[in-house]
Amino acid sequence: MKIGTPKELFEGEARVAMTPDSALQLQKLGHDCVIESGAGQAAGFSDEAYKAAGVEIVKTAAALYKAADVVAKVRPPTEAEVKRLSKGQTLISFFYPVANEELMKLAADRGATIVAMDMVPRISRAQKMDALSSMANIAGYRAVIEAGNNFGRFFTGQVTAAGKVPPAKVLIVGAGVAGLAAIGTATSLGAITYAFDVRPEVAEQIESMGAEFVFLDFEAAQDGAATGGYAAPSSPEFQAKQLEKFRELAPDMDIVITTALIPNRAAPILWTKDMVEAMKPGSVIIDLAAERGGNCELTKADEKVVTPNGVTIIGYTDFPSRMAAQSSTLYSTNIRHMMTDLTPAKDGTVVHNMEDDVIRGATVTHDGAVTFPPPPPKVQAIAAQKKEKPKELTPEEKRAQETAAFKTQTRNQVVLLSVGAALVLAVGLIAPASFMQHFIVFLLSVFIGFQVIWNVAHSLHTPLMAVTNAISSIIILGALIQIGSSSALITLLAAAGIFMASVNIFGGFLVTRRMLAMFQKS
Amino acid sequence: MEFGFTIAAYAVAAVLFILSLGGLSGQESAKRAVWYGIVGMGVAVLATLIGPGQGLWGASVILIALGAGVGYQLATRVQMTQMPELVAIMHSLVGLAAVFVGFNADIMINTIAALYAENGGTLGAVAADGYSAVGLPKEIHAGLSSFGQLIAKKTGVEIGILRVELVLGIWIGAVTFTGSVIAYGKLAGKVNTTAQKLPGGHALNAGAAIGSLVLAGLYLGGAGSWTLVLLTLLALFIGYHLIMGIGGADMPVVVSMLNSYSGWAAAAIGFSLGNDLLIVVGALVGSSGAILSYIMCKAMNRSFVSVILGGFGGPAGEQMAVEGEQIAIEADGVAAALNDADSVVIVPGYGMAVAQAQQSVSELTRKLRARGKNVRFAIHPVAGRLPGHMNVLLAEAKVPYDIVLEMDEINEDFPNTDVVIIIGSNDIVNPAAQDDPNSPIAGMPVLEVWKAKQVFVSKRGQGTGYSGIENPLFYKENTRMFYGDAKVSIDKLLPMID
Repeated sequence: MKIGTPKELFEGEARVAMTPDSALQLQKLGHDCVIESGAGQAAGFSDEAYKAAGVEIVKTAAALYKAADVVAKVRPPTEAEVKRLSKGQTLISFFYPVANEELMKLAADRGATIVAMDMVPRISRAQKMDALSSMANIAGYRAVIEAGNNFGRFFTGQVTAAGKVPPAKVLIVGAGVAGLAAIGTATSLGAITYAFDVRPEVAEQIESMGAEFVFLDFEAAQDGAATGGYAAPSSPEFQAKQLEKFRELAPDMDIVITTALIPNRAAPILWTKDMVEAMKPGSVIIDLAAERGGNCELTKADEKVVTPNGVTIIGYTDFPSRMAAQSSTLYSTNIRHMMTDLTPAKDGTVVHNMEDDVIRGATVTHDGAVTFPPPPPKVQAIAAQKKEKPKELTPEEKRAQETAAFKTQTRNQVVLLSVGAALVLAVGLIAPASFMQHFIVFLLSVFIGFQVIWNVAHSLHTPLMAVTNAISSIIILGALIQIGSSSALITLLAAAGIFMASVNIFGGFLVTRRMLAMFQKS
Repeated sequence: MEFGFTIAAYAVAAVLFILSLGGLSGQESAKRAVWYGIVGMGVAVLATLIGPGQGLWGASVILIALGAGVGYQLATRVQMTQMPELVAIMHSLVGLAAVFVGFNADIMINTIAALYAENGGTLGAVAADGYSAVGLPKEIHAGLSSFGQLIAKKTGVEIGILRVELVLGIWIGAVTFTGSVIAYGKLAGKVNTTAQKLPGGHALNAGAAIGSLVLAGLYLGGAGSWTLVLLTLLALFIGYHLIMGIGGADMPVVVSMLNSYSGWAAAAIGFSLGNDLLIVVGALVGSSGAILSYIMCKAMNRSFVSVILGGFGGPAGEQMAVEGEQIAIEADGVAAALNDADSVVIVPGYGMAVAQAQQSVSELTRKLRARGKNVRFAIHPVAGRLPGHMNVLLAEAKVPYDIVLEMDEINEDFPNTDVVIIIGSNDIVNPAAQDDPNSPIAGMPVLEVWKAKQVFVSKRGQGTGYSGIENPLFYKENTRMFYGDAKVSIDKLLPMID
């Protein structure tokens, strides 16, 4: 199959869905690659680099759509682009099916298959093709960099000859992928970082990234695992409590980065006008939810505004595109993984397996029909919240248990010993003395055997078997005593016995030695 | 005088044998302990050869040398993966030797009885004092071999006990013989390893056992040697049928049980020959095998009886349905995870032995350790087909023994482990043993590998383990299936570790 990538049409979009590296990988799957001339230019990949990676270059988008069986791009297609799709052709891109219903119907009518990268289910297996996460990761990083660019001070606190510089305080609202990436970037730049999320179970993740979790004392917090790892809309009481907390924090914060988004809803307003007004001049707010209206009341999408009290509010929606080289690399890898799943035999044939949870979930049109929304995935993805720990025993309970165990042990031993002794005595009553002499030897040997064998290391059980095998051939003594007999039959049987036991003695000891010689300390 | 010397030699040998078993408590002392065993055996054999009544010792030495040659060949040629087979086949030799020696004793009793009859006396007749036996005329007595003399001196009760002992010795020896041969066949793959029974099942075994008892009663009642022959045949059948009914993964228990039996057979023969050394050694070996069987059974949370009767019992109720799907992964994915991991635990099983993958595993371990990663091995007591089987294989591949840990030592470390690699084991890592009270293996101690961050399972296909139950581990979110022959898979992995 031929995989093609056109130039992005969206204004200012610098990303590209195929890089020379990903093209090489795609070719390993048995596919051919084709790209529109100049598609990678804005991300820093020249046509020559593509050519060197074995990618065919075509001049126009029209030619590309004609040549490619699978079209991979970044932004959702325009109507014109959808009209270019032919029956049986596949388009892989971000699609946002809820917002683009018309386009989806159009594509279905044309018989094209659309795989929406934003619909990849959030299960572990699909992480490698989770483009939303890889883009969010970049957005989170870039948000901090952008904030630093607009913030007039150091992030890290310093004591210099020219005076003391306090560290910047950064608040991250929403600890999803973007939020966590922002936390990581901010802390590594040296800022004091706080983070808030409505899901209490992410506190651990926040702390692991080095930020302080802003704790909200509120009951009936929700379990994010039930909603596929996203935060769910919260109750009015909770929201009120949350805003109260933010209001309290606002005057202290130098940089606020909001990342709160709930799928297919307008972004919740978390940073109100009065909070912005309470902030110090020179503070920066980065609103990663600007595309959906913004978490901050004053955000304007795609714009940087400065409020009368000197707070900069940045509402850019193209953070990943601002780091096109990085985001293209990650996105093209996501696409490549999607193709890997679509090409199970690695022979260049695409098998669109609608039984597969991941492929099914991401496919929004297939075979002339709209297949959105997908049925819920078969696997529950996100780790459930912690179960209760087993109760710790108090020292008294432990001691009571131990004494009880000791008592039963004693009782068992006493019972065993008395039964054993009674049996031995009973045998002694009827058996003749000559037998009893041997019997005592036997009993003591069994006893010694038990004492000795319990101490044998588990790892030496095989050598133990081999060596007991060898010494159980002591039966050779019996045969040796008998072989001198006058009866020919006895001699014959005894001879056979000697031979077999001897095989065993030598074989057993030798193989034991061989084995033990192999056990070496590092 | 000479007789006293033999007994003294036996005492020395017995002490040496005990030391030789006791020394196996540690890897280093074990190397010394084998020599104790060898010297003990040498002392015992020499003392018997130069002892009283030993005729034909030239022939004996030749036979021993012949046996030594065969034994040497066996021991040096055997692959470490074939260890279970070798041990099993050697058990069969001990069993057969015990049968022969037992029959000899019976023949000797008959011979002596005939001699008594010729001389107008009865074997076992008691003299006037009520204790010592009425002997044969002196000249005939002197003409007998030492074993003959021993029997000739016995009273009636002693002859009776002697017969009980030799019946026991022969019976156990015969069961050990066929049982070990079948166990060998199963381990070597020459006999179908699944549990098989003739029509009639356990009833057949029970019938044979009752028949044996009846025949033993008849023999003791003086019905003649034919009863002994029949009894041996029945015992041979029991050994065959019993082990045929036991599946492959229960072999550790079977082999240790047979080990135990070969010891008890030796002890019983020791009684009938009045030889204390045989009794001591037989008892040592018997108890050793019994303890091993016990440890193995405990590791499977099954009673000894249920193992010996074969197969798993039916499930106690509806088993938990397994949710999710098995997700495959390729070598590059496993290698990437290994490269990122700090601590790695490898859980080998019978599959590693089958694929002969221990050298590759060792190489993998070496490479990972060279990169400063903490690599350890977790060994379940019943991994493989012989107690300690995995340890020997890993030792052969030069994996240092101090990173090879037992289940109890490592089970608590799994939550802090980055990557677990499971190579050819299944039931011993099945979480159903803990989670599902209705599972046939419920309560069996298992390695808690699923608590690790990532688990890779190297496995040939999607089949179930020996017990035939689904393993929910394979469906867990943090588990990836690395399908393919273990050796090939690990070899693919090796160049990618950097």
